[in-house]
Order: sequence, then structure tokens, then C-alpha cells
Amino acid sequence: MLAYIIRRVGQSILVLLFTGLVAFSMFSFVGDPIDNMLGQERTQADVERLRTELGLDRPFVVQYYKFLEQAVQGNFGLSYRQGRPVGEILLERAPATLELAFVSGLLALVGGIGLGIFTAIRRQGWAANVIMTVSLIGVSLPTFLIGILLIYLFSVELGWLPSFGRGEVTQIGGWSTGFLTASGLKALILPAITLGLYQMTLIMRLVRTEMLEVLRMDYIRFARARGIRERAINFRHALKNTLVPVITITGLQLGSIIAFAIITETVFQWPGVGLLFINAIQFVDIPVMAAYLMMISVMFVGINLIVDMLYFAIDPRLRVDRTAGGH
Amino acid sequence: MAETDMPSDAPIRPPSRIKRAWESDLAWSFRHTPVAMISAFVVTLLVLAALLAPLIAPHNPFDPATLNLMNGFTPPGEANAFTGDSFLMGTDDQGRDVFSTILYGMRISLFVGFSAVLLALVIGVVLGLLAGYLGGWTETIIMRVADVQLTFPAILVAMLIFGIAKGITPPEYRDQMAIWVLILAIGLSDWVQFARVVRGATLVEKSREYVQAARLIGRSPFSIMIRHILPNVLNPVLVIATISLALAIIAEATLSFLGVGAPPTKPSLGTLIRIGQEFMFSGEWWILFFPALTLLALALSINLLGDWLRDALNPKLR
Amino acid sequence: MTTPVLSVRGMTVEIPTRRGVLRPVDNVSFDIAEGEILGVVGESGAGKSMTGNAVIGLLDPPARIVSGEVLLKGEAVHTAKGEKLRRIRGKRMGMIFQDPLTSLNPLLTVGEQLSETILEHLPVSQSEAEKRAIAALDEVGIPAAAQRIDSYPHEFSGGMRQRVVIALALCAEPDLVIADEPTTALDVSVQAQIIALLKRLCRDKGVAVMLVTHDMGVIAEAADRVAVMYAGRMAELGPVREVLTRARHPYTAGLMGSTPLASQGQKRLRQIPGAMPRLEHLPDGCAFHPRCDRAEARCRQNPAPDLTACEGRAACWFPLPAQSEKEEVSA
Repeated sequence: MLAYIIRRVGQSILVLLFTGLVAFSMFSFVGDPIDNMLGQERTQADVERLRTELGLDRPFVVQYYKFLEQAVQGNFGLSYRQGRPVGEILLERAPATLELAFVSGLLALVGGIGLGIFTAIRRQGWAANVIMTVSLIGVSLPTFLIGILLIYLFSVELGWLPSFGRGEVTQIGGWSTGFLTASGLKALILPAITLGLYQMTLIMRLVRTEMLEVLRMDYIRFARARGIRERAINFRHALKNTLVPVITITGLQLGSIIAFAIITETVFQWPGVGLLFINAIQFVDIPVMAAYLMMISVMFVGINLIVDMLYFAIDPRLRVDRTAGGH
Repeated sequence: MAETDMPSDAPIRPPSRIKRAWESDLAWSFRHTPVAMISAFVVTLLVLAALLAPLIAPHNPFDPATLNLMNGFTPPGEANAFTGDSFLMGTDDQGRDVFSTILYGMRISLFVGFSAVLLALVIGVVLGLLAGYLGGWTETIIMRVADVQLTFPAILVAMLIFGIAKGITPPEYRDQMAIWVLILAIGLSDWVQFARVVRGATLVEKSREYVQAARLIGRSPFSIMIRHILPNVLNPVLVIATISLALAIIAEATLSFLGVGAPPTKPSLGTLIRIGQEFMFSGEWWILFFPALTLLALALSINLLGDWLRDALNPKLR
Repeated sequence: MTTPVLSVRGMTVEIPTRRGVLRPVDNVSFDIAEGEILGVVGESGAGKSMTGNAVIGLLDPPARIVSGEVLLKGEAVHTAKGEKLRRIRGKRMGMIFQDPLTSLNPLLTVGEQLSETILEHLPVSQSEAEKRAIAALDEVGIPAAAQRIDSYPHEFSGGMRQRVVIALALCAEPDLVIADEPTTALDVSVQAQIIALLKRLCRDKGVAVMLVTHDMGVIAEAADRVAVMYAGRMAELGPVREVLTRARHPYTAGLMGSTPLASQGQKRLRQIPGAMPRLEHLPDGCAFHPRCDRAEARCRQNPAPDLTACEGRAACWFPLPAQSEKEEVSA
């Protein structure tokens, strides 16, 4: 088991090194950093000095190492557009995105697993068929259209909920939260549904497929042949086995909520890192793009590691070292 | 049916190719799945409408000469108060006919979608074949990169590629290049699926006797891959391509909607929705509604078709 | 005469497909008495597993019993559904599956699976159920049962797992056990042990057993009577010694000829020409006639006679004589 964890951590570091390389290449090859930093009035001496200062005259590998060293400390330089340290801007914006992602993730997980089980058990029922059909529309409906549709219904027509922004936020230490005010909570509803719905559909369809697969297994037939109650078969025997593969993909899904937040944040003008990123792309603000990429990879890698650890909690076959290797 | 030993008194002519195709399991399933037939009909209709846009469209929305600003904000089906012109789906702020912009927008959406999937397919199939057939370092590197890329959602990868490409292209060419950059971004973000499936199938086929035999008689690896392995991976590739097409169209629309895709001078469905959204609060709903509906119809029917195809080609999944 | 534990009367199973209705089990009848082991043999696809599944109500839709009846101690069970069927399964009929690797839930300990089954059917407390679970494991010969109760299935070897499966099938004290190829997936060295165990437990508890297998050796070893199936129909039914040594149906005779054990006297194994027809392409008349060296015009036109019409032994128009020449030669 220890060997397995070490291997997984090793893989994670590899992923981070790779994305770091991509981020670094963006700095080095997309636009000239010296151009970006010095502007029009400059002398050759300035350029040379900055070149040495930034270490641009050193070999590629050394530069890359320097970049990583800085990145680990959260130092990504200045935003071309805002002229402020990128790390600072990201930190300021992170709570908005994290709160949105948390609520949508919860919605997607609870709703997705619940509906997935339901549609798998009641495979032939009309309710399950309706849900499956609607979910297919849900998968085909781009996130931004869901957002627009919700805004049209609840903001334009009914006027119940705000169509943009976070509402009133409260500062707690460095964290600005919208959970504590009524307007903050109201502002959260539509974006959270928009962001969560698509993921919920995916999780639901996945849980259903896996559950149907498990329900065909011999041990389910055997449990049936022993007269075990349907409820116990579904929830004790099938669900637990379904969770093993579901956790992987669900983990990845939750990771991608952070990424999909970009779309939702744009639709609702939600002041999070996603909106920051999309603006960075529009204005080719490379430091912000690179920093966002690194931040996202750290999150994804972290989530992947947690998912791997969860396997051990659920599947006893993994807890024994090599004896289960034949599986 | 065909397996029984039939009395062969009369000379048996093999049924024509069309007849065989009609009687194949796939066609049978198609004829017995109303959803598949309706979806295919909608897709065909929309693709035809896009292809024939210059013939069908009442106006050319990109030709300023045909535009009349006075026609702006004409509601669908009603006559304009100033000019008396009427438009099936109304007009936008600049007096462009929404129906025409949709037809032309769909051309761009479909063009980007098809090209991106084609790109992803070619890259994925080639890399998958190489990885599966050659193994060793080639395989390790290709599949590692695939793993890393798979860690991130395709749309994010596409955005990044778009952002980088935008940074590389000089500002004056950016609008011109936007469509090609989009294709590149979406295509590169979506090859992994193809590569994984093709590699898996290649590994299986490689160990089969007939491939071993072909190797023994000295066939070149290239011809073995093309002649023997490729035909066996066509089914899954077709399924993935169909589903990818829906995803690519959605991805294009999303990027364009976010303002990092097709430019307003060459609007795709996503760009049209982005423009339409601005008028949602002031009551000009049609500028948003019709492009959105078209996008939904397109994505949904392709998705349904892909879903059916997957089930029909894998009977055991039922 | 006492009521048999299981009585199957004219049972027919059909599967509607888009190319017509298949009939994997066609008008099958047999009885099993208390403590008796009935072997059901045939090639794969002969309908023997389907018969077992039909008896315990585990047919996968769209397969279903379209006619005939299944009586368990005189009570009709083929019509049971839902809660009633659930109370019959496990409590009154147990089933043993082919592959012990896949028939145990990998994420629950064997103890959990055993006590769950016991609690479901017997009016006992949790602690009593656990005690019985240990006893059940002990009974099937698992050493140190009290410690092994908390082990997961993957911690047992294949043979041990099949013992656990047997314990599970028997733990609620059923009247009938359907064993579907219980030894096929096991090592040869373990097969005999499992068969001996099954035989002993059923004798001791007076359980009736329907032993489905394609292995004539297993039949010879364990069964009291044997039913031979071919293409969904019952070909021959009789006491195991008689069927094995004096087969009346040409198919059974052929089957014996191709089994090493039953044909010890012969130098070469004989084989039946051809293969069993697929259900979609059953020939007219007796399904066996294309492969039968005794077939005549009648066999090609009329379906084989019903078992009951032929002294209850062989469903054949031209059965082998009661005292076969073969036996005289080999004797």
C-alpha cells in the first residue's frame, strides 16, 4: 500500500512538473516578457540589465527551475493588465469561486448519486425514463444556456433572484464570504444550480450505468437466490460496489467544477478566479493565465490523491498488499 | 438466417450492397428507434440548411449593403414600423435578419465542429495506433501525455490553447485566424479519447494470429496497421466521433459565448447567443431565443444519434 | 408415496427475440425426492442451467416460463412473485453458482453475508446469527471458522470460497438446493472434495439436490438419478447406474462413448458427429436426428415422443434395447 501511495504521489508530481513546464513556456515563448515589462521607452542597457536580472540569459533548465522555485512561493510576477502581483489577485478572488464550487459540488454529488440509484433500480419505470430523457437534454444543453435560461426565468420574468454578482459579502480574516448574508445566499442560488446541474447529470448517468453493471454481477444473482431483500441488495450489495468506479470519475468531475466555473462566472459576472481567467485570455495576460493553470493543477492533483486514498477505505481488496494483485 | 445450409439448386446471387446495408443489424435498429430517425432527420435538415445558407437565407448578414439600420429590433413575423419589412425570426440591433445570421452562424459552428473532430480523430487514431503497435517508449510518452491532459477538462485545455495561440498571433491577424485557432484548440483538447480506444483495440488485435502471420510474412508495420488493425477499431471510433461532434459544437459555442472564440465579424451560434444575451433584459427575446434553440436542437440531436449508435454497436450494453 | 420435494411438470421457457421465439427449455418434467440428488447433464446450451434458473425464479427477462408448473412440496412456486418469491428463495430453495470468484460480494466479509442471509430467513438474534454463521462455516470444513468469519472473499482460495458459497446456500436450511456447475471453475484436485462435501451435507440434512453439470464424472460420483437434456428437451431420465451403463437414448449412449470414465473398456473414445444445433436453427422432427445413426424418416418428421410415453426412460422413437449389445461386449 505504501508503495502504491508513493507511486501515486510520484505521478502527481510529474503532472505538476508538466503543467509547470507549460506555464513556464507560456512565459518564455508567448510575447516577450521584456517588452511587456519595460514598455516603449527603454535603452539597450535596460534590456540587458533586466535580462540578467530575470535570468533570461541562463540555460532553459535553470530558468525553469527558477520559475518553479518562485511558483512554489506563490510568486508569478505582475499581471500585465492590472500591474499587481498575480498571487495577490488570485487569493482575493479565490473565496468567491471556492464557495460557488462547494455548493454546486454538493448539489451535483447528492443529486447525481441519488437520481443515479433511482434510475438504475427503477429502470423500467416511467419516472426513470423521464429523468433519463431530461438528463440527455441536460447533457446537450451547454452550461451557459442553462445560466441564461435561469436568469431569464428567475431574474427577468419573475424578478426573484439577482442575475449577477455575489450580493453582500462579509470579510472574515482574508476570506470574503457570501454565506452570511441573505443577499449573498440569494445571489448564490442561480450560479450554483447552473454550475451543478451539468455535473449532476453526468454523475447521475455514470452512477446509473455502473449500478446496472453491478446489478448484473453473479454475486447480486446469488444474493437474490438467497432471498435477500431488494433494499439490501440495492443499497448494501450493489451501491457499495458501484461506488468504487464512481468515486474516480466523480472526483474528476468535482475538479472540473472549478474549471467550468469559468463559464458560470462569466454568465453571472461572479467575481471569482474564472472570470479573472477569461479576462486574462481576452487580454493575453500571460502571468494570470499561467498562475491560474498552476492553481488548477494543484487542485486537480490534490483531488486525485484524495480519490485514491478513498479507494482504500472502500475496497478491502486493495488493503492487502500483493495478494490481491491478480485482480 | 444466412447460417443455415440452404439448398443451393438455384444459383444464389449475393444480395446487392444496398440491400445488405438495409438488412444489417444497424439499419434494423435504426428503423426501429424513432428517436434515432427523428434525430437523424433534424441533423440532416440543419446541416443542409447550413450548407445551402447562401441560397436559403433572405439576406446576407455580412454584406453591409443589404442592411438597413431602420430595420433594427423588428420582432419576428411583424412588419417593421418604419420600413414595413417583416422577418421570420425578427432582426437584431443592426437590422440583420436573425434567421439569416443563424444559417450563416450554423455554417461556422458546424465547420468548426467537424474540422475539430476530424483533427482530434486523426491525431488520436495515429497516436493510438503507434502507442499500441510500437509499445515501449513511444507508448509510455503518448499515454503519459494523454493522462496528464485527461486530468483537465477539455474545455479548459481548449481555452488555454486558444489563449496561447492568441498570444502568438500578431494582433492584426487575430480575428482572421480565430476560426482556425478554435479548430486547433478544440481538436487538440479532444484527441485523448480516440487514442485510448484505438490503443486498447490495437493491443488486442496485435496479439491475434492473423496479425502475427502478417508480420511473419514480412508485411510492413504500416500496412499491417492500415489493413488489419484499423478496420477493427472503426466502430468505437465512429461512436466517439459522433459524441465528440456534439461536444465540439458545444465547446465552440461556449468559447464564442465567453468571447474567446469566433469574432463578431464572423459570428457562430455561440457568438450570436452572446450578442443576444445583451438584449434579454430589454425584451428583445428573439435575438437570443432562436440561436439558442438552434444550438440546442443541433447538439441534442447529434447527442441522441451518438447515444443510439453506441447502444446499437454494443448490444451487450443494453 | 410421499410428495417429492420438487416436482416440475411440463415446464417450458421461452425467450422472445426479434428473429422469433426461442425455446431453451421445452416441456420438461422431473421430480426430486427428499435427500435425493438428481444430476442434470447435457452439452452447453442444452438448457440445463436455464432449467435450474427457472425453478428458482431467476430467469433474466425477457426469458419466462410460459407453461407447465414447478411445485415445491406440492406448492406452486412458478407463479410466486415479489415478497413471496423472496421468502422461498434462500429459505426453501438454495442455489450454488458456478464461479465462487464472482458469486461472493467482494466488499462484504463472509460473516456479514452469512448472518445477513440467516437473519433474513430465521427468527434469531444478531448474536445467534453470528454463532450460526460460524457453525455453518465449520460445517463446510473451513478451518478456524471463528477467525475466518471476518475475512473477505478474496482472502480465501477458490475451493474454500466454493465451500463458503455452499454454506451460504444451506445456512437457512432449505429443502432444495440447485447446484449449477458447482465444480466447473475449480481445480481438478478440489472438485472431488467439493462434491463429497455437497453429497454428505445433503444426505445429513435430507436436502434434495438438483445438480446441473456437463461432467459425467461428477454425475457418476454424486447423483442418484440422472436427467439428460438435449436442445432444451429431456432426452433420458433414470437411475444413474442404469443410464450410465445401459443408456437407452442414442444421444446418452453417444455421450457415454465420449466420456473417459464411462467407456473405460474401450480403446478409443467415440464421438458424436456434428454439434448441437443452435436454438434459432432447430431441425424439424427430433432435434437429435441429424447426428443420430439410428434416425429414420419418422425422426425427421415427428418430434421425439414424450418421456412418459416411452417407459419413462428415453424420449426416442427407436431407443436402444434394454439389454444393449454394447454391454455384452464390454462385460
